[in-house]
Amino acid sequence: MSEPVIKCENVYKIFGANAEKMLQESNGNVDAKTFQDNGCIVGVNNASFEVSKGEMLVVMGLSGSGKSTLLRCISRLTDATGGKIFIEGQDLLKLNNKELIDLRRNKMGMVFQSFALLPHKTVVENIAFPLQIKGIKTEDSISKAMDMVKLVGLDGRENYFPRELSGGQQQRVGIARSLAVEPDIWFLDEPFSALDPLIRKEMQDEFLRLQEKLQKTIMFITHDFDEALKLADRIAIMKDGIIEQLDTPAKIVLNPATEYVRKFTEEVPREKVLLIEDVMDTSITEDVGDLKVSKYEVIENVAEKILSQEKSVAVTDENNKVIGSINPTKIINTVFGGRKNSN
Amino acid sequence: MDYLKKYPKLFQWLFLLIIFFALCFSIDVPETYKFIRGQAEFVKDPNQSTYVFLGKEVRYYAFDVFWRLPPLLGWLPIWINDSLFFLMNEWMPMEFWNEDTQEYKTRPLVLEISRTLTSFMTFLIFLIRETLLGGLETIVAFTSWDWIDKNPWAELPGLPWTIVAAGFAILAYKLSGKGLAIFAGLVMVYISIFGQWKPSMQTLSFILVAAPLSFIFGLGLGVAAYKSKRVEKALYPILLVMQTMPQYAVLVPALVLFGVGDHAAVIITMIVAVPPMILLTLLGLRAVPPEVIEAGRMSGCNNWQLMTKVLIPTARRDILIGVNQVIMVCFSMAVISAFIGAKGLGFNLLLALNQLNIGLALEAGLCISLIAILLDKMSLAWANKQTDYFGNLTFYQRNKNSLFFGASVIIGIILAYVGTFIFKDTFNYLFEVPHNKGISTADFWNKGVDWIFDTFFVYIKAFNTWLIVEVLQPMRALYLRMPAVATLVLVVGAGYLIGGIRSALVVFGLTLFIALSPWWDRALVTTYMATFGVIMSCAIGFTVGTLCFQSKRAAAFMLGVCDIFQTFPSFVYLIPVMMLFGITDTSVLIAVIVYATIPATRYTIEGLRSVPAGLHDAATMSGVNKFQRLTKIEFPLAFPHMMLGLNQTIVFALFMVIIGAFIGTEDLGQYILKALSDKNGAGIGLTLGICVAFIGLIFDNLIRTWVGQRKKHLGID
Repeated sequence: MSEPVIKCENVYKIFGANAEKMLQESNGNVDAKTFQDNGCIVGVNNASFEVSKGEMLVVMGLSGSGKSTLLRCISRLTDATGGKIFIEGQDLLKLNNKELIDLRRNKMGMVFQSFALLPHKTVVENIAFPLQIKGIKTEDSISKAMDMVKLVGLDGRENYFPRELSGGQQQRVGIARSLAVEPDIWFLDEPFSALDPLIRKEMQDEFLRLQEKLQKTIMFITHDFDEALKLADRIAIMKDGIIEQLDTPAKIVLNPATEYVRKFTEEVPREKVLLIEDVMDTSITEDVGDLKVSKYEVIENVAEKILSQEKSVAVTDENNKVIGSINPTKIINTVFGGRKNSN
Repeated sequence: MDYLKKYPKLFQWLFLLIIFFALCFSIDVPETYKFIRGQAEFVKDPNQSTYVFLGKEVRYYAFDVFWRLPPLLGWLPIWINDSLFFLMNEWMPMEFWNEDTQEYKTRPLVLEISRTLTSFMTFLIFLIRETLLGGLETIVAFTSWDWIDKNPWAELPGLPWTIVAAGFAILAYKLSGKGLAIFAGLVMVYISIFGQWKPSMQTLSFILVAAPLSFIFGLGLGVAAYKSKRVEKALYPILLVMQTMPQYAVLVPALVLFGVGDHAAVIITMIVAVPPMILLTLLGLRAVPPEVIEAGRMSGCNNWQLMTKVLIPTARRDILIGVNQVIMVCFSMAVISAFIGAKGLGFNLLLALNQLNIGLALEAGLCISLIAILLDKMSLAWANKQTDYFGNLTFYQRNKNSLFFGASVIIGIILAYVGTFIFKDTFNYLFEVPHNKGISTADFWNKGVDWIFDTFFVYIKAFNTWLIVEVLQPMRALYLRMPAVATLVLVVGAGYLIGGIRSALVVFGLTLFIALSPWWDRALVTTYMATFGVIMSCAIGFTVGTLCFQSKRAAAFMLGVCDIFQTFPSFVYLIPVMMLFGITDTSVLIAVIVYATIPATRYTIEGLRSVPAGLHDAATMSGVNKFQRLTKIEFPLAFPHMMLGLNQTIVFALFMVIIGAFIGTEDLGQYILKALSDKNGAGIGLTLGICVAFIGLIFDNLIRTWVGQRKKHLGID
């Protein structure tokens, strides 16, 4: 496996006057309560994970869980108190200011919850901003920015000011701006949280379309579990600065690691999350019908077909080779069965 | 007892008032007490007591400590004076290279710095002034007088007024559009044909140096304060005092440090104009949302780019208000600094006022105000300007304005040249209309004033007498009747009840300073005039504001009027009142009322406007009528903001009272004016200025603390 694009090792972020000293004394065993008694607030507590190229990691947590702080450590908008962060093998915390700026100008893009557009610049100027900061000529940066305007579907509004746009449109500008320098790594901090539900769904679809095309390495922050399930390759669930569980959506739904995670998964419609491969029998029985389904199908999409069969259905992999089977009763159990012992 | 529990604050205030009045009545006026003689007049009188501190002898009339505190700070003005003198003439002598005499000369450091600064300012002013009017000084600065004598052709010729007028109109067009361009053109033509060209250009050259310098320094220091807590902490107390310090008071020390003339005026203007610019820059930068800063960082901004491309533009709104303030102060100072020899419209205005030539004063005042409004509008337009990337423009379109300006330069020169033939025997009106050789309406106004006096003399006199005898004199007597101890108790008690021990200590310190200065009586008179002005201003401002608020159009119109009035230099307000009431306290008070009504009205409208729309709907749905909505919903919520307006009203009123000394009042202002012509005036002027500033700060502290609590209580902000 190739080198991960983002790699965190025991990252801590603690706010407070003598945070560093306390962290050293604690030997990596950070207890939020004791720290709080000493005037320190634990933002991120011992976070270790990797994100590989083209993967979308969604960090999910309620407000105050430290997810935004974690993101800011990795983008080094704030300095982590302890631990190591590697971006494409480079030790982020060892970069000097110039190297950091270089990294941001060429490799990173970020989208913000409140859009954070520059109020005095038009749509196209906002999008061209990172390019101009890099020192690209005005004409080139504007023409590049116009391409981005088209990409996010704002043609015709390039000369509007942010205040003249709706929330959804403003966030499109934010997205376009973050993509203008063609970054490899894309940070999104609750990008759709400030939007209406309908617009949010539209933007999520749009986002998935973009990602399909661009294949960026993504860290996406949200407090909305449904959003996380819909978008993520893997989900990290945070609580009080600690990553409670980090896994694929299916595995989180099927095997919640802690009681806290389980609460989130309770209401989740499984058929929308789980793939056939998550519930199939890997033993190949002879007793299968003619129907074949791909193991990558979401249950919801093929449930009706499978349920109309009498016998088990063969499951195939990407090479159309049969690798297992699935029984209609299994589908029913998964969708309607008891939550805890559905496996 | 129930009442006591229900309204504890009310009873505390009552208790305070009872103590205050008890003190007032129990302490008698000493028989020897007379106001006019004051306390420290620096004249020898066998009845005076003396003490010596730091080698300075202070003489004063001793009273019972409860009645008036002894002027224990009486040495301060003399000491400041001596220190300044020492600093200028003796401290740190150093060798400096003298260009003219080609040798090293020993000079004190501060003097050298002041002289260098002075010559730099003078150069800038003359560069602009001579571009506009013509002259030698700029060329002399690069060469020498000898060289000029040998080369008599070398002189900046000055621009014909037609070119300057066209230039302004084209610039205004480029910045904003037709409307402003027409306004700019009209203003310039007006100035020219009314014969105010030369003084106007002198004033303009002063402002074109002072305003940009103040802007740059203010912005720079504001950014420094934003970046470093330490700088902010060091600056803050100075800023606070400077905010309420009357501009008059800075004149005298500056006179000592920088001498007389336009350059000193520029430096004083900077001293006065920079603090509000710093505060507003700081305020604006603080209000930039953190995510916008992060967005800038993630776009790869370095610190410089972050500041210039993200922070400052995003904070533009507040910084613009700062620019507006700077321009206001500059024009205000353009008049005031005429006291220390700055040339221009202000000088003419003061001269005319001194001669009681109301007509001339009115013309000069109108010119200043028009230029002030023009520059204000142009600076706003400049800041709001946008670039358009998509116009596929031809060379002509892109350089339209420059081409037009070039054309107007050529036409202007031709016109001026033709003018030499047309006006062979008189002045070349196409080059420059000389001062007082244009159309003048002064006679008309003077006749008008005479007519008003002849016709309404009886009524005006009667009103004047009534006001002075029945209202002002008794009020003044009441203020002077307060024993010092009673005043201290009242102020400190109010501080304690509003803001707790901290506030109490702050106002105690401020009041004590004034009480221990030699000018307590004068300060009381200043306060009485300001109080009267503030009460009337608030009554008018709150009423007018509330009435205008009822209609959206009226409110917008009123805010526009406030904007324009605020741009007028404060001295201009004295002109019409002197027309009507002559040289009396009434004139000053009416000027104070008019001037201070501006912030009262503005803040009332803004406060009422800021009441959330949701509350309006909620109130309407509860079935309130318009009046109920006003009294039950809008007033309580708008009140904190209106109180901030009161704060501004007090500052404005104090400024005007002090300026009123020019007409002749018996308060601190009179002494500041006196200090101008006193060789030991610097210390006195500064101390007096601090006294006035402290009066302002006492109210400022009380009101701000109260507003802060109230806002928290109401959950606003």
